[in-house]
Amino acid sequence: MSLIAEELAKSQREISISEFFVKNKHLLGFDNPRKALLTTIKEAVDNSIDASEEAKILPDVRVEVTQLSEDRFMVIVEDNGPGIVKEQIPRIFGKLLYGSKFHRLKVSRGQQGIGISASAMYGQLTTGKPIKIISKIGKNKPAHYFEIHLDTKKNEPEIVSERIVDYNQDHGTRIEIELQAKYQKGRQSIDEYLEQTAIVNPHLSLIYKSPENETREFPRATNQLPKESREIKPHPHGIELGILIKMLRETKAKTLQSFLETEFCRVSSKVAHEICQTAGLYEKSHPSRIAREEADALYKSINQTKIMSPPTDSVIPLGENLILKGLKKEIQADFYAAVTRPVAVYRGNPFIIEVGLAYGNNIPKDEPVRLLRFANRVPLLYQQSACATTSSVIKTKWANYGLSQSRGALPIGPLVLLIEITSVWVPFTSESKEAIAPYPEIIREIKLALQDAGRELGSFIRKNVRAKEQKEKVDLFEKYIPELASSLSSLSNEKKSEIEENLQKILKKGLKDLLVENGIENNAENKIIKENKPIKQEKQKTLDELE
Amino acid sequence: MAKSNQKIILEDLGKKLTEQIKKGKNPEIVFRLRNLANIIYDKKTRTLKLGNKTSSRSFFNLSHAKKFLQTIEVASVIKKELLESGKHEHLRGVFYMTKRTIPKTNVNIVDEQTESDKAIEDLEVITGLSREELHVSANKMGSMVGNIILKDSDDIIDCSKLGKGGYSIPSITDELELKKVNAKYVLYMEKAAIFERLNEDKFWQKNNCILVTSQGQTTRGIRRLLQRLAEEESLPIYVLCDGDVYGAYIYSVVKYGSIALAHASERLTIPSVKYIGITMDDVIKYDLKKHLIRLTEQDMARIKQVINYDWFKDNKEWQRQFKIMKELNGKVEIQALSAKGISFISEVYLPSKIKNKEFLE
Repeated sequence: MSLIAEELAKSQREISISEFFVKNKHLLGFDNPRKALLTTIKEAVDNSIDASEEAKILPDVRVEVTQLSEDRFMVIVEDNGPGIVKEQIPRIFGKLLYGSKFHRLKVSRGQQGIGISASAMYGQLTTGKPIKIISKIGKNKPAHYFEIHLDTKKNEPEIVSERIVDYNQDHGTRIEIELQAKYQKGRQSIDEYLEQTAIVNPHLSLIYKSPENETREFPRATNQLPKESREIKPHPHGIELGILIKMLRETKAKTLQSFLETEFCRVSSKVAHEICQTAGLYEKSHPSRIAREEADALYKSINQTKIMSPPTDSVIPLGENLILKGLKKEIQADFYAAVTRPVAVYRGNPFIIEVGLAYGNNIPKDEPVRLLRFANRVPLLYQQSACATTSSVIKTKWANYGLSQSRGALPIGPLVLLIEITSVWVPFTSESKEAIAPYPEIIREIKLALQDAGRELGSFIRKNVRAKEQKEKVDLFEKYIPELASSLSSLSNEKKSEIEENLQKILKKGLKDLLVENGIENNAENKIIKENKPIKQEKQKTLDELE
Repeated sequence: MAKSNQKIILEDLGKKLTEQIKKGKNPEIVFRLRNLANIIYDKKTRTLKLGNKTSSRSFFNLSHAKKFLQTIEVASVIKKELLESGKHEHLRGVFYMTKRTIPKTNVNIVDEQTESDKAIEDLEVITGLSREELHVSANKMGSMVGNIILKDSDDIIDCSKLGKGGYSIPSITDELELKKVNAKYVLYMEKAAIFERLNEDKFWQKNNCILVTSQGQTTRGIRRLLQRLAEEESLPIYVLCDGDVYGAYIYSVVKYGSIALAHASERLTIPSVKYIGITMDDVIKYDLKKHLIRLTEQDMARIKQVINYDWFKDNKEWQRQFKIMKELNGKVEIQALSAKGISFISEVYLPSKIKNKEFLE
């Protein structure tokens, strides 16, 4: 037996992270050439906006995609962000799992720090070309140019070329990746991603040059930067046992009591004391000495102890106003509404759900509603059916709000629904960050937000439909009058023109009252929802009643 | 009624409406309701009549507008195309005469014949004129044989010399002239197949009677003809139907009238008519139980409806029939008698029934 083990040992070796990801490209969103193009642009743009926001700069982002040959593309993403210091450039772009975002709990677009280096690696694997970067951190600082290769075995960057270049802006970063890809318009395209990004980032100015050489501008709708959210320590209720054990091992705290107080938020000395007591552990124990079973007891005790909810300023919503601005900017509709829910908590992670909707006008009438899903302002384009937002929309009873809906399906109607989750840690179903995991608390919040917005929509539809019906009524009579006049004329031997004239008079008399009553002209066009108003059923006056 | 008179009645309807319109009023036609809620069974005359409940149809009312237009359109077409020329047209023809698309729309004045048919029936109630008086005819669906000579238009027809098919009864029978009738009674049957059997067996010759058939529901033309034979020639009328709830209803329509045509009862019903068969008693007497057809859910529902109609409610004989029908859970066709022999019906069944006066009222 031992011989077999020895034999096996020969083939057992460490797998580098890069190697792992080469074999598991799909986990990172590089399943196919079309998606690879989208993912590359997405990672770069997300980074650009994040960096600008952190530096309190209104982001100007330029995206350029050029087709080099049938399956080869060049992606350029340029921003006016703070730039990257020279020493960090190779590691940020040439090493997987390097970054500032993984180790903290703060609302940001990227989370794992995998994104951009994975794109660089994908480009390198498919074309052999290194990623090219220019970055400048200030007016009188030099602009650094790098070409970087990624050593997929060692997960280390290899600088291919490096020099100082001229760069025509004060600060910012420009990256250039050549990759094998496929460009296709429509759903899940770059165009859709950028359009949706513009909706939830109204402070962003974006210029996009497509492979078809068309330039599309997404202008800035507000000069107001989103409020910066605070970085927070994890809430005890959001921690898993494995992470707790890891934290115990790595902490600088000398006692269990101070470990609890310093590593978590909302743990006062009283609460820490209570946790230790419930777990039957000595407060002064050294955290690294806590055994497996003891950690288990500690974990149970944490979850039994009542702890204040995490601070809510760690998640800053987009706000109803900005959602409406974003929607109006990119989607033509007759009616808009937005709802921002209060902060809620899943597994100790604070989150906020926001919903926006646009209804009517050019939006297709006979198709399922279009769902725009966002996590921390990043559009989610794939795996819609696996997403908690989708199941929440399906579980909401849209028939109550004037849309038709089959059981277990999205409602049908001229509606675009925007659902955004903002959280310090968005729970995705997989590493490619495409679908939100269905935590009951999250589903509950989404449903409440949808219901709020739905009620407003319902009252608009009712009003609108009523006005439309009235108009159809009048139209119908107008069509019938000449016919009736002609039949009546031959029946009674009276003059047709006279009968018709008299009938028109009767209709006009009734018509005037109709229009005033239903306010067809001043339909609420845009509306911001502040609270749930009870739905008023206005009395409807018909022509019959006028008689 | 003179033709000009009918024209004037329709013209007056038109004038009344244009007057209302002149005054700025929503034009409105008021007429008696034609549904079960407004059907009265008059026990004295034993006919169904329309009650006094009225409904109004006005133009500026979304749910009435189209029907209003249809009614007026039909009235105008009848006046202009039929009454003024003295010609007759079928219900189907009237449908096509009114069917057209309103310019610049995809709306038709009438989409289906049932709509123009309905408008004509409404017009009967509104004007008090019968469909026949309005020169509208329906499909003819009946035959007659027997010792009867009549004048149809300018033709003299001897119904004893018309072979297997017999005389084809026209849709409008008001204008037929009954020249010579030599018969003891009239046998009316719902099934043409039985008519053919009896005609082949020379039943009418042997029993000196007149045979009349329709196919299913009795048309107005046949009802009017039967009524005239009963009233003008004082002939007893016997009705022969399947032993089921639909047969019973066909009989009741001939006798008392129907819900849809209650406004025309006076011209159509024959209170003296009698039901000859098939009864549930016949099933037992002639041992036809093995030929029973099981009642469907639909049959049961219809029985439940029919037994509660006023004109069946107090009829003990019929209530008993329905009771047996339900107990046996079956219905029987006239043709079941053929099991006893091909001419059993003409040689045994009918003569014995008539001889013994085994009728249902």
